[in-house]
Amino acid sequence: MVRQLFRLNEIVEKKELAPRIKEIKVYNPRIAAKARAGQFVIVKVGEEGERIPLTIADWDREKGLITIVFQEVGVSTYKLGRLGVGDVITDVVGPLGNPSEIEKFGTVVCVGGGVGIAAIYPMAKELKKAGNRVISIIGARNKDLLIYEEEMRRVSDELRITTDDGSKGRKGFVSDELRDLLNSGLKVDRVIAVGPAIMMKTCADVTRPFNVKTIVSLNSLMLCGMGMCGACRVEVGGKTRFVCVDGPDFDAHQVNFDVLIKRLNAYKAEEQLALKRFLEVKA
Amino acid sequence: MPVKDRVEMRKLPVEKRIRSFEEVALGYTEEEAIQEAKRCLQCPPRPCVQGCPVGIEIPRFIKKIAEGDFLSAYKIIKERNAIPAITGRVCPQEHQCEGVCVLNKLKKPTAIGALERFVADWALKEGVAKELAEKEIANRPSNGNIKVAVVGSGPAGITVAADLAKLGYEVTMFEALHKPGGVLMYGIPEFRLPKRIVEYEIDYLRRLGVDIETNVLIGRTYTIKDLLEDGYKAVFLGTGAGTPKFPGIPGETLVNIYSANEFLTRVNLMKAYLFPQYDTPIKIGKRVAVIGGGNVAMDAARTAVRLGAEEVYILYRRTEEEMPARREEVINAKEEGVKFQLLTQPIRFIGNKDDILTGIECIRMQLGEPDATGRRKPIPVPGSEFIFEADTAIIAIGAHPNPLIARTTPEIKVDEEGRVITDSELRTSMKRVYAAGDIVLGEATVIEAMGTGRRASQTIHRDISEGRI
Repeated sequence: MVRQLFRLNEIVEKKELAPRIKEIKVYNPRIAAKARAGQFVIVKVGEEGERIPLTIADWDREKGLITIVFQEVGVSTYKLGRLGVGDVITDVVGPLGNPSEIEKFGTVVCVGGGVGIAAIYPMAKELKKAGNRVISIIGARNKDLLIYEEEMRRVSDELRITTDDGSKGRKGFVSDELRDLLNSGLKVDRVIAVGPAIMMKTCADVTRPFNVKTIVSLNSLMLCGMGMCGACRVEVGGKTRFVCVDGPDFDAHQVNFDVLIKRLNAYKAEEQLALKRFLEVKA
Repeated sequence: MPVKDRVEMRKLPVEKRIRSFEEVALGYTEEEAIQEAKRCLQCPPRPCVQGCPVGIEIPRFIKKIAEGDFLSAYKIIKERNAIPAITGRVCPQEHQCEGVCVLNKLKKPTAIGALERFVADWALKEGVAKELAEKEIANRPSNGNIKVAVVGSGPAGITVAADLAKLGYEVTMFEALHKPGGVLMYGIPEFRLPKRIVEYEIDYLRRLGVDIETNVLIGRTYTIKDLLEDGYKAVFLGTGAGTPKFPGIPGETLVNIYSANEFLTRVNLMKAYLFPQYDTPIKIGKRVAVIGGGNVAMDAARTAVRLGAEEVYILYRRTEEEMPARREEVINAKEEGVKFQLLTQPIRFIGNKDDILTGIECIRMQLGEPDATGRRKPIPVPGSEFIFEADTAIIAIGAHPNPLIARTTPEIKVDEEGRVITDSELRTSMKRVYAAGDIVLGEATVIEAMGTGRRASQTIHRDISEGRI
C-alpha cells in the first residue's frame, strides 16, 4: 500500500514572493484533480476563522497539490500567512466558480495587477496552450512587489511590465500600457484583466471605445462561495448576479464597478478593528 | 369529564431572551409532560398520524408518556423519525399533527410537538439515544458493503443516511460547508434550535457508521458521475433550496442589505455575534427592516433584536393571518419587541452617496381574491407609496433550489423553478440518482423534507435489493 505522504490540506511548500505576499502549495488531491483556470477555493483558518476566497494559481494533479498566492491584508490572510510547512489549513473547499472560457480567440491580452498576477497566470497559461498569441501586461506598485514575472514570461509571447514608481518597466499603470497597445493598432481579440477592482474598472474603460471583448475576474466579498448566501452579489448588465456561481468571470463592460467597490468596503471599519486586535494579541 | 387546559411550555423571560441566544422555549418537566399527555383522547380515527409527514404513531407514544414510560415513547418516535429533538422544536405543528387534532373542536389541541421534544430531550439527557444507536449498529444486517452517497447533510440527507446505514449500507455523506447539518446549522438560530442538539444528531449518524465528508461541493469537487464511477451504487441528492431570492427591485446591491441566508449564516454558522473574537463581522443598524413573513423572517428579526438593533420591523405584503411562519414564532417575535408593518411591499431601496442603505420605498397593499396558494392576493394601492426609513434590510422572501447540480449534470432534469423532477418514488431522470427534500419540493418544512427522504431511502433500498440498479 502506498503510504500517504501528506495530510489533507497540509502546507507542503511555502515561499515569500514579495513582502507580505506569500505562495503556498497545499495537499488536496481532490481539488487538484479538478481545478481549472479561473477557479478559486474558500479557506478557513481555525475555529474562529472567516471563510475567504482565494484564487487557485496553479495545480499539480499528479502530486495532488494546489498553489495559492495571497497578500496579508486582514486577519484571515495574516492567520494563513502564519501557518508554515507541515501545518494543516482547517478548511479548504473547491474548486469553486466557473472555469474561465478558454478557446482559440487569436490575440489575447492578459492584464494582471498586484496579487492578481497570480490569478491571471493560469489563464494565460491555458490560453497559450489553446493556441492564442498571448501578450501579458503585469504591474505592481514597485519592483519588489512584482510577482510571477518569470512564470508569466514562460507562458506569454510578449511580456510588458509597469510599476507605479518606475522602478521596473514602464512607469505608470497596467491600464496605460493597455491603452498604448490598443492605440498602436494591433488587432486584439480579447482582453482579460485581473487585479484590484479599480484597476479592472480602468481597464474596462480603456477597452470600451475599442470595442474589444474584455473579461474581468471579480473579487467581491464572499461568505459561502456556493450560491447559498448572496454576499458576493454584484450588478452585471443591470441584473443581480452572484460572483461565486454565476462568475467569477464577467463581461467587464457590463459590470457596475462602483457598486462592487462600495460593497468591498462595507466592513472596512470592522476589518481594521479586527486586524489591530489580532496584531496586538498575537504579536 | 371536561377537557383540561393545555399545559404550555415555560419560556425564558423576555428581558433575558433579548440579550442572549439561549433557547427560548424551556420544555416540559416530567410532571408537565405526563399531565399534557393525559389530555390526549386516544381517539380511534387518529387524524394526527395522517397529519404527520413521517407518520409517527403519535397516540401510541403519548400514551406511553402518560404512563411515565418515556423510553418506550422514545422508541416509538424513533421508528419513524431520526431527529425528534429537532422536529419537536421546528415543525409547524399547527399546520400538521396539532392542526387536525380532534381537541381543536373543544379546546386547544394536544401539545404534540412539545411532547415529542420532551421525550427526545429526556432520551438525550439519560443517554439512551446513544445506547439505542449502538444496538442498531450491532443488529444491522450486512448489505455486502454496498456504498451509497448522500449529498447534503440537512434534514433530508440525515434521514436517508440514517435509514440506509441502519439497513447495512456504507453511507458517505457530503457537505459543502465546513460543518454538517445544512439549514439546521446555518439557518435556524440557536435560540430556537440549540446547535448542541444538531451536533448530537450528527454524532448519532457517525455512530451508525456514516462517513461525513465536509468541504466537498458536489458539482465541483466531485461530479455526480464521478461518484457513480467511484463505486457508489446510488447517489441521493438532498441539496435543499439554498439560493436566496432577491426581489429584483432597484438598489438591492446597496451596502447593509442582506439576504436572510447571509445574515443568519454569519450569525449561526460563523458566530459573528462574537466578533472580534470570531473573525466574521456583521453590521447591525438601529432600525432594521426584515422583508417577508415566514419562519426565516422571524428568525432574522429576532436575531437582529439580540444583536442590539433598536427597532426591528417585519415588512410583509399581506396580513398576519396569511403569514407562513409558525404561530409560536410570531408570538415570540412580538413579545421580543418586533413590530409588524403589514400590507407593505418594498419597491425600491434607497442609499446615500456611499451606497449605504437609508430607506426603502414601499407601497401599501390590499387583499384581493385568493390565489393559487389559497391565500388572498395582495394588490398595490395606487398612489400609496411611502418611504420606510431603515439602515439595515434583511430579505427573507424565500429561496430557490441551488442551480449548481442542474448546471453541472444536464442528465438530471429540473423544472422551470429549478426543482429536480422525480417520479413518484423519488427517482430522478438519471439512473441510480435519487432526490428528496427542498431540491424536489421547492420550499418545504424540515419534516416534509424528512418524509420524502424516508420514501427515497425506501426506493433506493428496494432498487438495490431487487437488482434494478
